Amino acid sequence: MYSEKVMDHFTNPRNVGVIEDANGIGEEGNPSCGDIMKMYLKVENNIIVDAKFQTFGCGAAIASSSMATEMIKGKTLEEAWTLSNKAVAEALDGLPAVKMHCSVLAEETIHKAINDYLVKSGREPWGDGECSSCGHDCDTCEL
Amino acid sequence: MAEKIIYMDHAATTYAAKEVVEAMLPYFSEEYGNPSSVYSIGQSNKSILDLARKQVASAINAQPDEIYFTNGGTESDNWALKGVAFANERKGKHIITTAIEHHAILHSCNWLASRGFEITYLPVDKYGMVSPDSVEKAIRPDTILISVMYANNEVGTIQPIAEIGKIARDHGIYFHTDAVQAVGHIPIDVVADNIDLLSLSGHKLYGPKGTGALYIRKGTRIQNFIHGGAQEKKRRAGTENVPGIVGLGSAIERAIKMMPEETKRLTALRDELTRELLKIPATHLNGHPTKRLPNNTNVIFEYIEGESILLFLNMKGICASTGSACNSASLEPSHVLTAMGISHEIAHGSIRLTVGERTTEEDVKFVIAALTETVAKLRAMSPLTPKELKNVQ
Repeated sequence: MYSEKVMDHFTNPRNVGVIEDANGIGEEGNPSCGDIMKMYLKVENNIIVDAKFQTFGCGAAIASSSMATEMIKGKTLEEAWTLSNKAVAEALDGLPAVKMHCSVLAEETIHKAINDYLVKSGREPWGDGECSSCGHDCDTCEL
Repeated sequence: MAEKIIYMDHAATTYAAKEVVEAMLPYFSEEYGNPSSVYSIGQSNKSILDLARKQVASAINAQPDEIYFTNGGTESDNWALKGVAFANERKGKHIITTAIEHHAILHSCNWLASRGFEITYLPVDKYGMVSPDSVEKAIRPDTILISVMYANNEVGTIQPIAEIGKIARDHGIYFHTDAVQAVGHIPIDVVADNIDLLSLSGHKLYGPKGTGALYIRKGTRIQNFIHGGAQEKKRRAGTENVPGIVGLGSAIERAIKMMPEETKRLTALRDELTRELLKIPATHLNGHPTKRLPNNTNVIFEYIEGESILLFLNMKGICASTGSACNSASLEPSHVLTAMGISHEIAHGSIRLTVGERTTEEDVKFVIAALTETVAKLRAMSPLTPKELKNVQ
Protein backbone atom coordinates (compact mmCIF):
# COMPACT_ATOMS: atom_id res chain seq x y z
CA MET A 1 0.00 0.00 0.00
CA TYR A 2 2.84 2.43 0.80
CA SER A 3 6.12 2.97 -1.05
CA GLU A 4 9.42 2.12 0.64
CA LYS A 5 10.10 5.87 0.89
CA VAL A 6 6.86 6.41 2.80
CA MET A 7 7.65 3.54 5.15
CA ASP A 8 11.17 4.90 5.66
CA HIS A 9 9.91 8.37 6.58
CA PHE A 10 7.15 6.86 8.73
CA THR A 11 9.40 4.53 10.72
CA ASN A 12 12.37 6.92 10.93
CA PRO A 13 10.75 10.31 10.70
CA ARG A 14 13.14 13.23 10.27
CA ASN A 15 12.70 16.42 12.26
CA VAL A 16 10.24 15.17 14.87
CA GLY A 17 9.82 17.45 17.83
CA VAL A 18 9.51 21.03 18.94
CA ILE A 19 11.77 24.04 18.32
CA GLU A 20 11.66 25.88 21.63
CA ASP A 21 12.59 29.24 20.11
CA ALA A 22 10.65 28.80 16.88
CA ASN A 23 9.62 32.07 15.26
CA GLY A 24 6.95 30.54 13.01
CA ILE A 25 4.43 27.91 14.15
CA GLY A 26 1.59 26.46 12.09
CA GLU A 27 -1.05 23.90 12.95
CA GLU A 28 -3.51 22.40 10.52
CA GLY A 29 -6.04 19.58 10.44
CA ASN A 30 -8.75 18.37 12.69
CA PRO A 31 -8.66 15.42 15.05
CA SER A 32 -12.13 14.35 14.01
CA CYS A 33 -10.72 13.74 10.51
CA GLY A 34 -7.85 11.77 11.97
CA ASP A 35 -4.94 14.10 11.16
CA ILE A 36 -3.30 17.07 12.85
CA MET A 37 0.04 18.52 11.85
CA LYS A 38 2.02 21.10 13.76
CA MET A 39 5.19 22.62 12.33
CA TYR A 40 7.84 24.78 13.97
CA LEU A 41 10.14 26.99 11.90
CA LYS A 42 13.30 28.81 12.82
CA VAL A 43 13.73 31.58 10.27
CA GLU A 44 16.90 33.67 9.98
CA ASN A 45 17.49 36.22 7.22
CA ASN A 46 14.49 34.96 5.26
CA ILE A 47 15.87 31.42 5.31
CA ILE A 48 14.35 28.45 7.14
CA VAL A 49 17.36 27.29 9.12
CA ASP A 50 15.43 24.61 11.02
CA ALA A 51 12.03 22.91 10.82
CA LYS A 52 10.41 20.38 13.13
CA PHE A 53 6.99 18.77 13.34
CA GLN A 54 4.52 16.88 15.49
CA THR A 55 1.79 14.87 13.81
CA PHE A 56 -1.30 12.96 14.87
CA GLY A 57 -2.31 10.78 11.98
CA CYS A 58 -1.74 7.82 9.74
CA GLY A 59 1.47 6.59 8.16
CA ALA A 60 1.06 8.90 5.18
CA ALA A 61 0.51 11.94 7.40
CA ILE A 62 3.65 11.26 9.42
CA ALA A 63 5.74 10.52 6.31
CA SER A 64 4.42 13.68 4.56
CA SER A 65 5.36 15.81 7.58
CA SER A 66 8.82 14.29 7.67
CA MET A 67 9.44 14.76 3.95
CA ALA A 68 7.97 18.27 3.84
CA THR A 69 10.16 19.50 6.71
CA GLU A 70 13.19 18.00 4.97
CA MET A 71 12.28 19.79 1.75
CA ILE A 72 11.94 23.26 3.25
CA LYS A 73 15.05 23.26 5.41
CA GLY A 74 17.63 25.69 4.02
CA LYS A 75 15.08 27.24 1.66
CA THR A 76 13.97 30.87 1.49
CA LEU A 77 10.45 31.59 2.65
CA GLU A 78 9.40 32.19 -0.95
CA GLU A 79 10.81 28.84 -2.05
CA ALA A 80 9.19 27.03 0.87
CA TRP A 81 5.85 28.68 0.13
CA THR A 82 5.82 27.22 -3.39
CA LEU A 83 6.38 23.65 -2.18
CA SER A 84 3.29 21.86 -3.47
CA ASN A 85 1.59 18.84 -2.03
CA LYS A 86 2.31 17.05 -5.30
CA ALA A 87 6.02 17.66 -4.87
CA VAL A 88 5.87 16.17 -1.36
CA ALA A 89 3.94 13.14 -2.63
CA GLU A 90 6.36 12.68 -5.54
CA ALA A 91 9.34 12.89 -3.23
CA LEU A 92 7.76 10.04 -1.28
CA ASP A 93 7.47 8.00 -4.51
CA GLY A 94 3.73 8.54 -4.50
CA LEU A 95 0.86 8.22 -2.04
CA PRO A 96 -2.34 6.16 -2.39
CA ALA A 97 -5.19 8.28 -3.81
CA VAL A 98 -7.11 8.24 -0.50
CA LYS A 99 -3.99 9.57 1.25
CA MET A 100 -3.24 12.54 -1.02
CA HIS A 101 -4.94 14.82 1.49
CA CYS A 102 -2.07 14.09 3.89
CA SER A 103 0.34 15.85 1.52
CA VAL A 104 -2.15 18.71 1.18
CA LEU A 105 -2.11 18.98 4.96
CA ALA A 106 1.69 19.29 4.91
CA GLU A 107 1.57 22.09 2.34
CA GLU A 108 -1.10 23.95 4.30
CA THR A 109 0.75 23.56 7.59
CA ILE A 110 3.89 25.06 6.05
CA HIS A 111 1.82 28.00 4.76
CA LYS A 112 0.39 28.57 8.22
CA ALA A 113 3.81 28.44 9.85
CA ILE A 114 5.29 30.88 7.29
CA ASN A 115 2.37 33.27 7.76
CA ASP A 116 2.76 33.03 11.52
CA TYR A 117 6.38 34.10 11.08
CA LEU A 118 5.42 36.94 8.72
CA VAL A 119 2.75 38.28 11.07
CA LYS A 120 5.05 38.00 14.07
CA SER A 121 7.68 39.98 12.22
CA GLY A 122 5.18 42.69 11.36
CA ARG A 123 4.56 41.72 7.73
CA GLU A 124 1.39 40.91 5.81
CA PRO A 125 0.56 37.19 5.55
CA TRP A 126 0.62 35.56 2.11
CA GLY A 127 -2.51 33.98 0.65
CA ASP A 128 -5.45 33.31 2.90
CA GLY A 129 -5.34 29.59 3.62
CA GLU A 130 -8.13 28.73 1.27
CA CYS A 131 -9.75 25.32 1.08
CA SER A 132 -7.84 22.92 -1.12
CA SER A 133 -10.42 20.13 -1.15
CA CYS A 134 -8.63 17.71 1.13
CA GLY A 135 -11.36 15.11 0.74
CA HIS A 136 -12.51 15.41 4.33
CA ASP A 137 -16.00 16.32 5.43
CA CYS A 138 -16.21 20.11 5.07
CA ASP A 139 -18.74 20.36 7.92
CA THR A 140 -16.13 19.30 10.45
CA CYS A 141 -13.26 21.28 8.90
CA GLU A 142 -12.02 24.34 10.72
CA LEU A 143 -10.32 25.84 7.71
CA MET B 1 9.74 -7.91 7.75
CA ALA B 2 9.26 -9.89 10.92
CA GLU B 3 10.04 -13.60 10.74
CA LYS B 4 7.03 -14.83 12.65
CA ILE B 5 3.43 -13.82 12.06
CA ILE B 6 1.42 -13.21 15.21
CA TYR B 7 -2.13 -13.29 14.01
CA MET B 8 -4.46 -11.28 16.24
CA ASP B 9 -7.28 -10.75 13.75
CA HIS B 10 -9.38 -13.91 14.05
CA ALA B 11 -12.57 -11.85 13.83
CA ALA B 12 -11.55 -10.84 10.30
CA THR B 13 -10.95 -14.42 9.21
CA THR B 14 -9.45 -17.64 10.49
CA TYR B 15 -7.07 -20.14 8.91
CA ALA B 16 -8.82 -23.37 7.97
CA ALA B 17 -8.00 -26.11 10.47
CA LYS B 18 -5.83 -28.95 9.18
CA GLU B 19 -8.46 -31.61 9.77
CA VAL B 20 -11.07 -29.44 8.02
CA VAL B 21 -8.90 -29.16 4.91
CA GLU B 22 -8.25 -32.92 5.02
CA ALA B 23 -11.98 -33.60 5.21
CA MET B 24 -12.52 -31.41 2.13
CA LEU B 25 -9.72 -32.72 -0.08
CA PRO B 26 -11.38 -35.89 -1.48
CA TYR B 27 -14.30 -33.82 -2.76
CA PHE B 28 -12.30 -31.86 -5.33
CA SER B 29 -11.00 -34.55 -7.68
CA GLU B 30 -12.11 -37.95 -6.38
CA GLU B 31 -15.62 -37.59 -4.98
CA TYR B 32 -16.53 -34.96 -7.53
CA GLY B 33 -20.01 -36.15 -8.51
CA ASN B 34 -22.88 -33.69 -8.76
CA PRO B 35 -25.28 -34.38 -5.87
CA SER B 36 -28.21 -33.94 -8.28
CA SER B 37 -27.07 -36.84 -10.48
CA VAL B 38 -28.57 -40.32 -10.35
CA TYR B 39 -25.36 -42.36 -10.46
CA SER B 40 -23.69 -43.44 -7.28
CA ILE B 41 -20.82 -40.92 -7.13
CA GLY B 42 -23.44 -38.17 -7.29
CA GLN B 43 -25.76 -39.79 -4.76
CA SER B 44 -22.94 -40.38 -2.26
CA ASN B 45 -22.26 -36.66 -2.34
CA LYS B 46 -25.90 -36.03 -1.61
CA SER B 47 -25.54 -37.99 1.58
CA ILE B 48 -22.38 -36.09 2.52
CA LEU B 49 -24.41 -32.88 2.20
CA ASP B 50 -27.02 -34.38 4.52
CA LEU B 51 -24.30 -35.05 7.07
CA ALA B 52 -22.99 -31.47 6.85
CA ARG B 53 -26.53 -30.17 7.24
CA LYS B 54 -26.89 -32.21 10.44
CA GLN B 55 -23.56 -30.93 11.73
CA VAL B 56 -24.57 -27.31 11.15
CA ALA B 57 -28.09 -27.82 12.53
CA SER B 58 -26.97 -29.45 15.75
CA ALA B 59 -24.51 -26.61 16.43
CA ILE B 60 -27.43 -24.20 16.90
CA ASN B 61 -30.16 -26.68 17.97
CA ALA B 62 -32.00 -26.45 14.62
CA GLN B 63 -33.41 -29.23 12.44
CA PRO B 64 -31.30 -30.25 9.41
CA ASP B 65 -34.05 -29.26 6.97
CA GLU B 66 -33.95 -25.73 8.38
CA ILE B 67 -30.35 -25.21 7.19
CA TYR B 68 -29.68 -23.69 3.75
CA PHE B 69 -26.11 -23.50 2.50
CA THR B 70 -24.96 -20.16 1.10
CA ASN B 71 -21.60 -18.70 0.14
CA GLY B 72 -21.15 -16.88 3.44
CA GLY B 73 -22.42 -14.47 6.03
CA THR B 74 -23.06 -11.59 3.65
CA GLU B 75 -25.22 -13.71 1.36
CA SER B 76 -27.14 -15.12 4.32
CA ASP B 77 -27.79 -11.61 5.65
CA ASN B 78 -28.93 -10.37 2.25
CA TRP B 79 -31.26 -13.32 1.81
CA ALA B 80 -32.76 -13.07 5.29
CA LEU B 81 -33.56 -9.37 5.00
CA LYS B 82 -34.63 -9.13 1.37
CA GLY B 83 -36.36 -12.52 1.38
CA VAL B 84 -38.46 -11.78 4.45
CA ALA B 85 -39.12 -8.17 3.42
CA PHE B 86 -40.58 -9.04 0.02
CA ALA B 87 -42.45 -12.12 1.21
CA ASN B 88 -44.24 -10.13 3.92
CA GLU B 89 -44.66 -6.67 2.38
CA ARG B 90 -48.43 -7.02 2.30
CA LYS B 91 -48.41 -7.22 6.08
CA GLY B 92 -46.13 -4.23 6.43
CA LYS B 93 -42.94 -2.54 5.34
CA HIS B 94 -41.27 -1.74 8.63
CA ILE B 95 -38.00 -3.37 9.73
CA ILE B 96 -36.18 -2.87 13.02
CA THR B 97 -32.41 -3.23 13.23
CA THR B 98 -29.54 -1.58 15.09
CA ALA B 99 -26.95 1.09 14.39
CA ILE B 100 -24.05 -1.32 14.98
CA GLU B 101 -24.84 -4.06 12.47
CA HIS B 102 -22.35 -5.32 9.92
CA HIS B 103 -22.51 -3.56 6.55
CA ALA B 104 -24.11 -6.68 5.05
CA ILE B 105 -27.17 -5.78 7.14
CA LEU B 106 -26.92 -1.98 7.03
CA HIS B 107 -26.42 -1.75 3.29
CA SER B 108 -29.18 -4.30 2.63
CA CYS B 109 -31.44 -2.15 4.80
CA ASN B 110 -30.45 0.97 2.87
CA TRP B 111 -31.34 -0.80 -0.34
CA LEU B 112 -34.68 -1.96 1.08
CA ALA B 113 -35.34 1.64 2.16
CA SER B 114 -34.84 2.71 -1.45
CA ARG B 115 -37.53 0.14 -2.33
CA GLY B 116 -40.11 1.65 -0.02
CA PHE B 117 -39.35 -0.16 3.24
CA GLU B 118 -38.98 1.81 6.45
CA ILE B 119 -36.06 0.98 8.67
CA THR B 120 -35.63 1.84 12.35
CA TYR B 121 -31.98 1.78 13.47
CA LEU B 122 -31.94 1.29 17.24
CA PRO B 123 -29.26 3.06 19.26
CA VAL B 124 -26.90 1.26 21.63
CA ASP B 125 -25.51 2.18 25.04
CA LYS B 126 -21.87 3.01 25.75
CA TYR B 127 -21.03 -0.71 25.80
CA GLY B 128 -22.55 -1.29 22.37
CA MET B 129 -25.58 -3.02 23.87
CA VAL B 130 -29.11 -2.81 22.45
CA SER B 131 -31.86 -2.60 25.05
CA PRO B 132 -34.73 -5.10 24.63
CA ASP B 133 -37.01 -2.34 25.84
CA SER B 134 -36.06 -0.15 22.88
CA VAL B 135 -36.85 -3.05 20.54
CA GLU B 136 -40.32 -3.42 22.03
CA LYS B 137 -40.97 0.33 21.84
CA ALA B 138 -39.97 0.43 18.17
CA ILE B 139 -42.54 -2.21 17.18
CA ARG B 140 -45.42 -0.93 15.02
CA PRO B 141 -48.42 -2.70 13.52
CA ASP B 142 -46.56 -2.85 10.18
CA THR B 143 -43.29 -4.24 11.59
CA ILE B 144 -42.40 -7.46 9.76
CA LEU B 145 -38.82 -8.15 10.82
CA ILE B 146 -36.38 -7.51 13.65
CA SER B 147 -32.70 -8.07 12.89
CA VAL B 148 -30.16 -7.79 15.71
CA MET B 149 -26.65 -9.21 15.53
CA TYR B 150 -25.74 -11.91 18.05
CA ALA B 151 -22.34 -10.43 18.90
CA ASN B 152 -20.67 -7.37 17.46
CA ASN B 153 -17.71 -7.94 15.14
CA GLU B 154 -15.77 -4.87 16.26
CA VAL B 155 -16.23 -4.55 20.00
CA GLY B 156 -17.41 -8.09 20.78
CA THR B 157 -20.48 -7.11 22.81
CA ILE B 158 -23.00 -9.98 23.06
CA GLN B 159 -26.56 -8.76 22.62
CA PRO B 160 -29.56 -9.82 24.78
CA ILE B 161 -30.76 -12.16 22.03
CA ALA B 162 -33.04 -14.36 24.14
CA GLU B 163 -34.95 -11.35 25.46
CA ILE B 164 -35.29 -9.78 22.02
CA GLY B 165 -36.33 -13.15 20.57
CA LYS B 166 -39.09 -13.45 23.13
CA ILE B 167 -40.38 -9.96 22.37
CA ALA B 168 -40.39 -10.70 18.64
CA ARG B 169 -42.22 -14.02 19.12
CA ASP B 170 -44.79 -12.45 21.47
CA HIS B 171 -45.58 -9.85 18.79
CA GLY B 172 -45.60 -12.38 15.94
CA ILE B 173 -42.68 -10.65 14.19
CA TYR B 174 -39.86 -12.55 12.49
CA PHE B 175 -36.51 -12.35 14.26
CA HIS B 176 -33.22 -12.62 12.38
CA THR B 177 -29.76 -12.58 13.94
CA ASP B 178 -26.41 -12.18 12.21
CA ALA B 179 -24.45 -14.71 14.27
CA VAL B 180 -21.33 -14.77 12.11
CA GLN B 181 -19.05 -13.84 15.02
CA ALA B 182 -20.90 -15.96 17.56
CA VAL B 183 -21.44 -19.43 16.08
CA GLY B 184 -18.72 -21.81 17.18
CA HIS B 185 -17.55 -19.28 19.78
CA ILE B 186 -20.44 -19.13 22.25
CA PRO B 187 -23.38 -21.53 22.75
CA ILE B 188 -26.44 -20.76 20.60
CA ASP B 189 -29.90 -22.31 20.77
CA VAL B 190 -32.32 -21.04 18.13
CA VAL B 191 -35.28 -22.76 19.82
CA ALA B 192 -34.67 -21.41 23.31
CA ASP B 193 -33.90 -17.93 21.92
CA ASN B 194 -36.92 -17.82 19.57
CA ILE B 195 -34.74 -17.12 16.54
CA ASP B 196 -36.47 -17.46 13.16
CA LEU B 197 -33.46 -16.78 10.93
CA LEU B 198 -29.74 -16.95 11.67
CA SER B 199 -26.73 -16.17 9.47
CA LEU B 200 -23.44 -17.99 9.92
CA SER B 201 -20.13 -18.20 8.10
CA GLY B 202 -17.45 -20.87 7.71
CA HIS B 203 -14.28 -18.78 7.67
CA LYS B 204 -14.80 -17.33 11.15
CA LEU B 205 -14.66 -20.77 12.77
CA TYR B 206 -11.64 -22.38 11.08
CA GLY B 207 -13.63 -23.46 8.03
CA PRO B 208 -13.17 -22.45 4.40
CA LYS B 209 -13.96 -19.02 2.96
CA GLY B 210 -16.92 -18.85 0.61
CA THR B 211 -19.09 -21.04 2.84
CA GLY B 212 -21.98 -20.25 5.15
CA ALA B 213 -25.57 -21.00 5.91
CA LEU B 214 -28.88 -19.41 6.67
CA TYR B 215 -31.07 -21.11 9.24
CA ILE B 216 -34.72 -20.59 8.35
CA ARG B 217 -37.17 -21.83 10.96
CA LYS B 218 -39.83 -24.08 9.45
CA GLY B 219 -42.88 -22.06 8.46
CA THR B 220 -41.05 -18.76 7.99
CA ARG B 221 -42.36 -16.78 5.01
CA ILE B 222 -39.34 -15.92 2.89
CA GLN B 223 -38.77 -15.59 -0.84
CA ASN B 224 -36.42 -17.85 -2.75
CA PHE B 225 -33.09 -16.13 -3.23
CA ILE B 226 -31.29 -17.64 -6.23
CA HIS B 227 -33.41 -19.06 -9.03
CA GLY B 228 -32.29 -22.07 -11.03
CA GLY B 229 -32.19 -25.75 -10.24
CA ALA B 230 -33.75 -27.63 -7.36
CA GLN B 231 -30.81 -27.31 -4.96
CA GLU B 232 -31.58 -26.22 -1.39
CA LYS B 233 -35.24 -26.99 -2.00
CA LYS B 234 -35.24 -24.52 -4.94
CA ARG B 235 -34.68 -21.68 -2.51
CA ARG B 236 -31.00 -21.16 -3.23
CA ALA B 237 -30.26 -22.76 -6.57
CA GLY B 238 -26.85 -23.63 -8.01
CA THR B 239 -24.71 -26.75 -7.84
CA GLU B 240 -23.63 -27.15 -4.25
CA ASN B 241 -20.09 -26.24 -3.19
CA VAL B 242 -19.55 -29.80 -1.98
CA PRO B 243 -15.95 -29.45 -0.70
CA GLY B 244 -16.87 -26.16 0.97
CA ILE B 245 -19.98 -27.54 2.60
CA VAL B 246 -18.05 -30.57 3.87
CA GLY B 247 -15.51 -28.13 5.29
CA LEU B 248 -18.20 -26.01 6.93
CA GLY B 249 -19.82 -29.05 8.53
CA SER B 250 -16.53 -30.42 9.76
CA ALA B 251 -15.38 -27.01 11.08
CA ILE B 252 -18.59 -26.29 12.94
CA GLU B 253 -18.70 -29.72 14.58
CA ARG B 254 -15.08 -29.32 15.60
CA ALA B 255 -15.69 -25.81 16.98
CA ILE B 256 -18.62 -26.99 19.11
CA LYS B 257 -16.57 -29.89 20.48
CA MET B 258 -13.64 -27.62 21.34
CA MET B 259 -15.74 -24.75 22.67
CA PRO B 260 -15.71 -25.47 26.44
CA GLU B 261 -11.90 -25.77 26.60
CA GLU B 262 -11.16 -23.08 24.00
CA THR B 263 -13.49 -20.58 25.65
CA LYS B 264 -11.58 -20.91 28.92
CA ARG B 265 -8.19 -20.59 27.25
CA LEU B 266 -9.13 -17.67 24.99
CA THR B 267 -10.90 -15.80 27.77
CA ALA B 268 -7.74 -15.98 29.88
CA LEU B 269 -5.61 -14.70 26.99
CA ARG B 270 -8.13 -11.97 26.19
CA ASP B 271 -8.29 -10.85 29.81
CA GLU B 272 -4.52 -10.71 30.14
CA LEU B 273 -4.28 -8.66 26.96
CA THR B 274 -7.00 -6.27 28.11
CA ARG B 275 -5.69 -5.93 31.65
CA GLU B 276 -2.12 -5.20 30.58
CA LEU B 277 -3.05 -2.80 27.77
CA LEU B 278 -5.29 -0.82 30.11
CA LYS B 279 -2.19 -0.12 32.23
CA ILE B 280 -1.01 2.18 29.43
CA PRO B 281 -2.23 5.68 30.44
CA ALA B 282 -5.21 7.21 28.55
CA THR B 283 -6.31 3.80 27.27
CA HIS B 284 -9.93 2.64 27.35
CA LEU B 285 -11.73 -0.63 26.72
CA ASN B 286 -14.41 -0.62 24.01
CA GLY B 287 -17.43 -2.88 24.38
CA HIS B 288 -18.94 -4.58 27.39
CA PRO B 289 -16.42 -5.59 30.10
CA THR B 290 -17.93 -9.07 30.61
CA LYS B 291 -20.72 -9.71 28.09
CA ARG B 292 -18.30 -9.98 25.20
CA LEU B 293 -16.86 -12.60 22.85
CA PRO B 294 -14.13 -14.69 24.50
CA ASN B 295 -11.62 -13.73 21.79
CA ASN B 296 -12.15 -9.96 21.55
CA THR B 297 -10.08 -7.12 23.01
CA ASN B 298 -10.80 -3.65 21.64
CA VAL B 299 -9.08 -0.62 23.11
CA ILE B 300 -8.61 3.04 22.36
CA PHE B 301 -5.26 4.72 22.83
CA GLU B 302 -5.87 8.43 23.07
CA TYR B 303 -3.80 11.00 21.11
CA ILE B 304 -2.67 8.61 18.36
CA GLU B 305 -4.15 7.14 15.22
CA GLY B 306 -4.93 3.48 14.50
CA GLU B 307 -3.41 3.01 11.07
CA SER B 308 -0.01 4.17 12.22
CA ILE B 309 -0.28 1.76 15.17
CA LEU B 310 -1.09 -1.10 12.77
CA LEU B 311 1.87 -0.25 10.54
CA PHE B 312 4.28 -0.49 13.46
CA LEU B 313 2.65 -3.73 14.64
CA ASN B 314 2.89 -5.14 11.12
CA MET B 315 6.64 -4.54 11.12
CA LYS B 316 6.80 -6.82 14.15
CA GLY B 317 4.68 -9.42 12.38
CA ILE B 318 1.52 -8.62 14.37
CA CYS B 319 -1.80 -8.56 12.50
CA ALA B 320 -4.58 -6.45 14.06
CA SER B 321 -7.28 -4.05 12.90
CA THR B 322 -8.58 -0.55 13.65
CA GLY B 323 -11.79 1.47 13.53
CA SER B 324 -9.90 4.55 12.40
CA ALA B 325 -11.09 6.47 9.37
CA CYS B 326 -7.53 6.53 8.10
CA ASN B 327 -7.90 2.84 7.48
CA SER B 328 -10.86 3.31 5.19
CA ALA B 329 -11.54 5.15 1.96
CA SER B 330 -14.52 6.91 3.53
CA LEU B 331 -12.46 8.93 6.05
CA GLU B 332 -15.20 8.16 8.58
CA PRO B 333 -14.35 6.31 11.78
CA SER B 334 -16.14 3.08 12.71
CA HIS B 335 -19.94 3.40 12.80
CA VAL B 336 -19.96 1.02 15.77
CA LEU B 337 -17.70 3.18 17.94
CA THR B 338 -19.52 6.39 17.03
CA ALA B 339 -22.90 4.72 17.76
CA MET B 340 -21.52 3.91 21.23
CA GLY B 341 -21.03 7.63 21.78
CA ILE B 342 -17.26 7.59 21.34
CA SER B 343 -16.11 10.88 19.80
CA HIS B 344 -14.54 10.91 16.35
CA GLU B 345 -11.34 12.28 17.87
CA ILE B 346 -10.59 9.25 19.97
CA ALA B 347 -12.30 6.62 17.78
CA HIS B 348 -9.30 6.99 15.45
CA GLY B 349 -7.08 5.45 18.09
CA SER B 350 -8.99 2.16 18.36
CA ILE B 351 -7.33 -1.22 17.93
CA ARG B 352 -9.06 -4.59 17.80
CA LEU B 353 -7.11 -7.70 18.77
CA THR B 354 -8.89 -11.03 18.38
CA VAL B 355 -7.11 -14.12 19.66
CA GLY B 356 -7.60 -17.65 18.34
CA GLU B 357 -6.49 -21.25 18.27
CA ARG B 358 -2.84 -20.59 17.47
CA THR B 359 -2.47 -17.73 19.95
CA THR B 360 -0.10 -18.52 22.79
CA GLU B 361 0.64 -16.76 26.02
CA GLU B 362 4.03 -15.71 24.60
CA ASP B 363 2.21 -14.10 21.68
CA VAL B 364 0.08 -12.12 24.08
CA LYS B 365 3.13 -10.95 26.03
CA PHE B 366 4.90 -10.00 22.80
CA VAL B 367 1.89 -8.00 21.61
CA ILE B 368 1.59 -6.18 24.93
CA ALA B 369 5.28 -5.19 24.77
CA ALA B 370 5.03 -4.19 21.10
CA LEU B 371 1.95 -2.07 21.68
CA THR B 372 3.40 -0.38 24.76
CA GLU B 373 6.45 0.61 22.73
CA THR B 374 4.44 1.69 19.68
CA VAL B 375 2.02 3.80 21.67
CA ALA B 376 4.90 5.60 23.41
CA LYS B 377 6.64 6.22 20.08
CA LEU B 378 3.56 7.64 18.40
CA ARG B 379 2.56 9.69 21.41
CA ALA B 380 6.01 11.26 21.47
CA MET B 381 5.29 12.40 17.90
CA SER B 382 1.72 13.61 18.44
CA PRO B 383 0.86 17.27 19.01
CA LEU B 384 -2.17 16.15 21.05
CA THR B 385 -0.28 14.22 23.71
CA PRO B 386 -0.28 16.10 27.04
CA LYS B 387 3.24 16.83 28.36
CA GLU B 388 2.90 14.45 31.30
CA LEU B 389 2.28 11.52 28.94
CA LYS B 390 5.27 12.10 26.66
CA ASN B 391 7.96 9.51 27.23
CA VAL B 392 5.65 7.53 29.51
CA GLN B 393 5.67 3.83 28.77
